[in-house]
Amino acid sequence: MSTKLLGERIKRKEDPRLIQGRAHYVDDLKLDGMLYMSFVRSVYAYARIKSIDAAAAKSLPGVLEVITGADIKDQLGLIPCAAGMEGLKIPKHYCLAVDTVRYVGEPVVAIVAKDRYTARDAVDKVEITYDPLTPVTDPESALGKDSPRVHEEFSDNLAFVAKLEAGDWKALEADSTLKIVKQRLINQRLAPASIETRGVIASYSLGEETLTVWSSTQIPHLLKTQLAILTRTDESRVRVIAPEVGGAFGSKLNVYAEEGVACYASHRLGKPVKWIEGRRENLLGTIHGRDQINDLELYVKPDGKVVGLKCNIIADLGAYHQLLTPAIPTLTALMIVGCYNIPNVWVETKGVFTNKMATDAYRGAGRPEATYIIERGMDLVARELNMDPVDVRMKNFPEPKDFPLALPTGVTYDTANYQKTLKKVLKLAHYPTLRKEQERLRKKGKYLGIGLSTYVEICAMGPSSRMPAGGWEFGMVRVEPTGKVTVYSGTSPHGQGEETSFAQITAEGLGIPFDDVTVYHGDTSVVQHGIGTFGSRTTAVGGTAVFRATERIRKKMARLAAHRLGVKPGDLEFRDGKVETSDGSKSMAFGDVVGEAYYARQLPPGVEPGLTEQYVFEPANYTFPFGAHVAVTEVDAETGEIALRNYYAVDDCGRILNPLLVDGQIHGGLAQGIGQALWEELVYDENGQVVTGSLMDYALPKAHQFPWFDTQTTETRTPVNPLGVKGVGEAGTIGSTPAIVNSVVDALQHLGVRHIDMPLKPEKIWKILKTVDGRQ
Amino acid sequence: MIPESFEYHAPQTLAEASRLIAQFGQEGKILAGGHSLLPLMKLRLASPRHLVDIGRVAELKYIREDADKIQIGALTTHYQIESSELLKQKCPLLPETAREIGDVQVRNKGTLGGSLAHADPAADWPAAILALGGEVEARSESGSRWIPAQEFFVEMLTTTLQADEILTAIRVPALPAHAGEAYVKFAQPASGFAIVGAAARVVLDDAGAVAEVGVGITGVAAKPYRAAAVEGVLRGHSPTAKRIAEAAAHAAEGVEVNADLYASAEYRTHLAAVYTRRALEKAVERAGGK
Repeated sequence: MSTKLLGERIKRKEDPRLIQGRAHYVDDLKLDGMLYMSFVRSVYAYARIKSIDAAAAKSLPGVLEVITGADIKDQLGLIPCAAGMEGLKIPKHYCLAVDTVRYVGEPVVAIVAKDRYTARDAVDKVEITYDPLTPVTDPESALGKDSPRVHEEFSDNLAFVAKLEAGDWKALEADSTLKIVKQRLINQRLAPASIETRGVIASYSLGEETLTVWSSTQIPHLLKTQLAILTRTDESRVRVIAPEVGGAFGSKLNVYAEEGVACYASHRLGKPVKWIEGRRENLLGTIHGRDQINDLELYVKPDGKVVGLKCNIIADLGAYHQLLTPAIPTLTALMIVGCYNIPNVWVETKGVFTNKMATDAYRGAGRPEATYIIERGMDLVARELNMDPVDVRMKNFPEPKDFPLALPTGVTYDTANYQKTLKKVLKLAHYPTLRKEQERLRKKGKYLGIGLSTYVEICAMGPSSRMPAGGWEFGMVRVEPTGKVTVYSGTSPHGQGEETSFAQITAEGLGIPFDDVTVYHGDTSVVQHGIGTFGSRTTAVGGTAVFRATERIRKKMARLAAHRLGVKPGDLEFRDGKVETSDGSKSMAFGDVVGEAYYARQLPPGVEPGLTEQYVFEPANYTFPFGAHVAVTEVDAETGEIALRNYYAVDDCGRILNPLLVDGQIHGGLAQGIGQALWEELVYDENGQVVTGSLMDYALPKAHQFPWFDTQTTETRTPVNPLGVKGVGEAGTIGSTPAIVNSVVDALQHLGVRHIDMPLKPEKIWKILKTVDGRQ
Repeated sequence: MIPESFEYHAPQTLAEASRLIAQFGQEGKILAGGHSLLPLMKLRLASPRHLVDIGRVAELKYIREDADKIQIGALTTHYQIESSELLKQKCPLLPETAREIGDVQVRNKGTLGGSLAHADPAADWPAAILALGGEVEARSESGSRWIPAQEFFVEMLTTTLQADEILTAIRVPALPAHAGEAYVKFAQPASGFAIVGAAARVVLDDAGAVAEVGVGITGVAAKPYRAAAVEGVLRGHSPTAKRIAEAAAHAAEGVEVNADLYASAEYRTHLAAVYTRRALEKAVERAGGK
């Protein structure tokens, strides 16, 4: 049996239990004596709470506790924000609103009852009297002097200003040979809307004085620390478990009010308390993504070389900061030059309070916005100079030999070959043939669009020096006395498949069968510590920790085997369940070497019994995966409907450990990115009410809306980690959105259409067509 | 997403169901496939005290041919209609419409009768049943009656069914010679419901002129309707491309057109004309006309 596993298309270990419905999510867990919690939420975007009458709710049989903000504001801490930036305004963010509500869906009253039906019935019985205030809903007018303030404790609605300036702008602005290409781009608000909503069970044991929390989270270890602080519990007595998590997309990279209140209620009642978020609550009260206004200016030489980029960013942060709210738009500035070495960069980012739910990390988190800005920009440059979008990109790509490449934005790209992915995708899409077809169809009054996007993203987050709460990751490998191997990771995968890829890493490293390795994560009492799963970091950072811990096991086992076989440890190889010399002349079964460690009768001097090794990996840099996408669309000239005919993607996420997992991430990412371009939009009206508060109105993408995705990869390894992997969790989302918009604009370009904001609703297109070609 | 409490009843026969419905009156609701009523209950927009689940009433599940008519039991699922060989031959508009409803899961649970009785103004079935000139059967303890589709829909979520009546069957004409049918839909991207759904049925005479025409439109107004103005322009005339387009331009005539996040009234009016034209073009082509 060969033990080569890395790079193989291996089916996921996770899938049988997930597909057969045997997995356990928070809502599947039932504890003895468990109570249920429900929330009364604000129906106003901005209002003073005049009175709360909970008498009728309290008197409902089965209701045990009704909790208000006033009850807990001195008992529970504030919702934390980990983003540290100069001058950042951090409003007080209570777990339950105190005096004032600031967005629709804000938790105001919590009810604990014997079952979830009673808890829900009691919600309708709570009478809250509000004094409505004028809400702040438009982030641009929120910056005006006359705007009402979301927080009266601050002088204005500006939460922060971040500036990035590099290059010689005086010289640039004096250069009259440059063309300036300008465009305002709106990156609309989205809802992460994972299939499993949020959910938590808090169980405080009055006897042991321990707090155990099951939460649908991406960061059990960080949550443990934060809940200890929030609930003022000794951290040693807090345990957080992330059971099966049904998707998150960044929305569960957070500490939420409901988690804090559940802990409080459980402590108070001495019983486990469960809360499961409803879909409407999920759309209203789980963080949103994106929501930026970008005013872009590109300074371009007549030959198409882009030499300057200026961008004003207005980021709608919502009413309060969640864990990383203010940090997300700063990632946009960090990646705004994309795959192009633009020497002069000027970006000003304004974070603005509005009476809406907080924005925070949503798949891509700041980088989809950056990619959209620069990739729409490059198409506008091509149009301005009457060049092919391919040629403009080729003109501005750095050469593979230029890497590592320090950018004026302050990051250093590790490795890349942008030319290679672009050429490969053009071949895959038969680009020249498509252009000819487009010409032919235009003569018949039919609109075919060919859209390009060449992206680079920032992954494997990240060096601790640049992360708010550490960027390292923990890995541990234990060889059990029977020879089976257990891997522990501080990451918290929730659908990505690392139980499989980590098992591949360790099984190959030890020359044992893949099925002999079991991977654990997500329980702070099982895994010593960790950071979590986000920022496409799990394999690149967490996998490396597992890889290094596996190496340590090898080293120890080689020493034990060498001692018995009378050879040098360096002479030994791990293969086919054996530890042996390369010629096979001296050999021990893997299990026998394990026995040496545990029976410990003839250990070499100074070697401890047992076979457990750990490693904490601290990455020296981020990684920078990249790719090139082509979207082919057809626009119905009569109705404005868009048909996505083909989608071609060539992605480079460094070394690929399991192509199946990469395919899965790319496909899901494409669906989400295309969803933003075509359908998704979380809409607040001028009163701050959510118009798209159900999945009957919020247009999540669905499988039947997509064509076959034609995907390929290239592999440009990174030197940042020994595995050479870069990360792929967000690539599809980041690359696809501009490809779609570029495609649709391309379809209508000959009619004079220059830009269309997302989502590309048919009615928008129809109205544009009506004005440009006089057809209707 | 938790409904108010209710009492659940599961009668085995139609007679038992009728008795329960008569007994509960306005406090009772009939549950068929559960794909319209249950979401409303979970949002607490509907809170019946008594839920009468007719899912076990076997006598309401059938598709049969009866001379030149097709009769379908109210509990027949969308998928059973979509996959019925008999219907593909004798009333192809119904399987074509079924394919446009929801997704596979919805089509396996949702029923024809349930959808019609619910009377969502953007549901697919009403357009087809109206275009076909179908009838629905309503039964109560005191007897039964056939209601023409055109008289069935009153307004949003309201029909002429009485509180003690159960919708038991749907009857439509079988496809005659020289006839064609089609359903086309512009779907709302989130819900999949029709922003505009247009169903057309055309029967040509020996000279190739339009002898009979039915156009049903859903999604456009507060209730699905039969587009009489469109039919009037076509009836008795040769269905040329020009005449079809002229006729279709009347698609939203006389109705107050809906507006929402996904389509303004102006755009919906435009779509109604385009989709009605497309449905008619298909139906005429299938009828063997030009």
